[in-house]
Amino acid sequence: MRTRRIEWLIEHALFLCAALSVLTTAGIIIVLSVETFEFLREVPLLEFLTGTEWTPLFANPRFGVMPLVAGTLLVSAIAMAVALPMGLLSAIYLSEYAPERVRRVVKPVLEVLAGVPTVVYGYFALLFVTPLLQRIFPQMSGFNALSPGIVMGIMILPLVSSLAEDAMRAVPRGLREGSYALGATQMQTALKVVVPAAFSGITAAFILAVSRAVGETMIVAIAAGQQPRLTASPFVPLETMTAYIVQVSLGDTPQGTLEYRTIFAVGMLLFLMTFGLNLVSTWLRERFREEYS
Amino acid sequence: MRHRADLVFKLVALSTLVFALVTLAALVFDVVADGAGRLDWQFLTSLASRRPEDAGIYHALAGSIWVIVLTGALAMPLGVAAAVYLEEYGTRSRWARFIEINIANLAAVPSIIYGLLGLGVFVRVMGMGRSVMAGACTLALLALPVVILSTREALRTVPSTIREGSYALGATKWQTIWHQVLPMAMPGILTGLILSLSRAIGETAPLITIGALTYIPFAPDGIWSPFTVLPIQIFNWVSRPQAAFKENAAAGILVLMALLLAMNAIAVFLRDRMQRQGRS
Amino acid sequence: MSLASRPLSSLAGISSRAGQTPTDSDQPVKIDVDRLNFYYGPKRALDSISIQIRANLVTAFIGPSGCGKSTFLRTLNRMNDIIPGTRAEGTVLVDGESIYAPGVDVVALRRRVGMVFQKSNPFPKSIFENVAYGLRINDMAQSKAELNDRVEESLRQAAIFDEVKDRLHESALALSGGQQQRLCIARALAIRPEILLMDEPASALDPIATQRIEELIYDLKKSYTIVIVTHNMQQAARVSDYTAFFWLGRLVEYDRTDRIFTAPAEKLTEDYVTGRCG
Repeated sequence: MRTRRIEWLIEHALFLCAALSVLTTAGIIIVLSVETFEFLREVPLLEFLTGTEWTPLFANPRFGVMPLVAGTLLVSAIAMAVALPMGLLSAIYLSEYAPERVRRVVKPVLEVLAGVPTVVYGYFALLFVTPLLQRIFPQMSGFNALSPGIVMGIMILPLVSSLAEDAMRAVPRGLREGSYALGATQMQTALKVVVPAAFSGITAAFILAVSRAVGETMIVAIAAGQQPRLTASPFVPLETMTAYIVQVSLGDTPQGTLEYRTIFAVGMLLFLMTFGLNLVSTWLRERFREEYS
Repeated sequence: MRHRADLVFKLVALSTLVFALVTLAALVFDVVADGAGRLDWQFLTSLASRRPEDAGIYHALAGSIWVIVLTGALAMPLGVAAAVYLEEYGTRSRWARFIEINIANLAAVPSIIYGLLGLGVFVRVMGMGRSVMAGACTLALLALPVVILSTREALRTVPSTIREGSYALGATKWQTIWHQVLPMAMPGILTGLILSLSRAIGETAPLITIGALTYIPFAPDGIWSPFTVLPIQIFNWVSRPQAAFKENAAAGILVLMALLLAMNAIAVFLRDRMQRQGRS
Repeated sequence: MSLASRPLSSLAGISSRAGQTPTDSDQPVKIDVDRLNFYYGPKRALDSISIQIRANLVTAFIGPSGCGKSTFLRTLNRMNDIIPGTRAEGTVLVDGESIYAPGVDVVALRRRVGMVFQKSNPFPKSIFENVAYGLRINDMAQSKAELNDRVEESLRQAAIFDEVKDRLHESALALSGGQQQRLCIARALAIRPEILLMDEPASALDPIATQRIEELIYDLKKSYTIVIVTHNMQQAARVSDYTAFFWLGRLVEYDRTDRIFTAPAEKLTEDYVTGRCG
């Protein structure tokens, strides 16, 4: 039957398109691995992971990635300090309190916040927030961790808010009603009943937010600086893993050199970190869904 | 007493939302204040230049449009095909489940990693060089998980009674999908595609990584041509110390945001029109 | 007396008589079912059904909700195939050929055995396109003129042409419920099936629309073999020539309609049609 053959062909062509996603994952892993492997032939893994100086483009190169990781973690920590509490509070408000009028205004605003291109946030961080903060902290330099950290936190806030809100809405009405029936206020119910019940869903949201912050590039590339530095101070320039990759890509480093391969090694580390975080987040979300479906 | 705590809590929670709103307003205000003055016809039609007064956005705007159109042309058929397979054919197989997990993971991979993938595969192994095509392929891979997800949702809105009615007339699975299911799902599919493209148009990091240039004084003349895009040009201007470039950056941001708004408006318009068509 | 309390033993003596073709008909056998068992996963929904349905007659399937009559109807055009996990054992012959044999072209089967559903499901397209769809995908019209003719013919057969002839290119969804159902009938007839399966075709319609459908069925049986599932016994009595009574997945009794409703052979049948149970 002619149609049967055609149907078979179509089904398999569609399958190949779907399998492209597997190819993409494989591609990412292979590309990163091959170049990282080449890199590690010249730079020992221990030096890479634990060394405290990152100067691969200097005459006397050092390949310790800790400064980049520290930079990423510092900015992400500041972003989380903004996004997590505010995102959770916002979610609680939207899920437990907000009347329909307020939701109709707030939700689009949050969506717009989430949709602003990161380049624009970078501009905002460098040219508005940093000068503003410098008036409060005169010791702060033009490139620093605090300004992009705060702006990144605001960018991620909608993500935390919407995922946490989904988690809380999944909590059955019955639990809330039981609490109200015992005379609890909305706040007590929200904090003592709903949030704990939605705990794994909320934690999954938090972890996903961290992953997003770690992988963010343009805000830090614009506003954080290009000086890899092992520091805990939010006021000085530093460099994140993602900004480093951008820096080298913009330069003239020839392909096939060790310096060039550093971006893949750093990229591999970045990929493993975010992948690990995403896995944990997914696992938590699955567990949460099992509890409440 | 408890009610006072409740009220305070409610105010604190509300104030976080107000803070977010205020920040957004400050951002918009700041960009408009910095850039509105610079936005004029000369700015829109000039190419890049070392001098801020002469520099314009034309080449970057053209580059963005080239890249986005090509990205859409790649992502739509691949994404819809994959979604159709997962939603209509493969719902029970182990392979399908494995693919779904892959797609979910890919949606959360940082965009710069896609840039590294594009650099390794498209620019080098496949030899596309630092071209519009390489950029579009990279962005298409980035956009694919979102396109697949929104297409699947659109397919799910088609009632099973329509499929049954088609099968009962002796239609094959593919005939049913092509003639009934896809047309009905098209508004949702297109909306999802345009929304994912509007995200792609703001992407900077992956394109920098595959080698989109930050200084390129001409618009692309083909899909194999080197290029730059709006967000990269904005980034370039922001990185310059001269204050005058700051105005250019702000004006560029206004153009980018206008483009984003236009795309979202088109998405909403298309969806409404197609829904009305389906009704009468 | 409820379903659950009816002792199953009362069904035990039935299978030897049920399904025997009433001999007082000279119509040829169109569908021949022999010991059909049907499973949804592990659960058996149809138990050893044997029945012979005759051509150019209207056969009604009656029985309480959940007794398997719709499931059985759907086995006749293999519509149950699209539900995952289903399985059929036994034989179903249409014009002497088994439709469950390996290698059978299900698509071709459904061209010969058409179906109209309980809730009308017109496609969100124009009236014309709804009817033309079956013709197009089955390559049944060689020219535009032929397509137009076939569409008109089907709409006339379904007694709806006069009502829609001026708005053929308007959306089918703008029609009333009864009109939509007649459109679905036209759509099914367009591909010229030999058998028409109707699953409670008038259950969602008002009495006037129902009457028009029933008149239509009466007219159609000259050219088609019709099997109709209905939970409305009066409808079965009005419309059908033969009636089959199902209970808990089994065929209890199958005979001429007038005998089923006036002098059934099985007590269970009598209890059902007199309203004493089910």
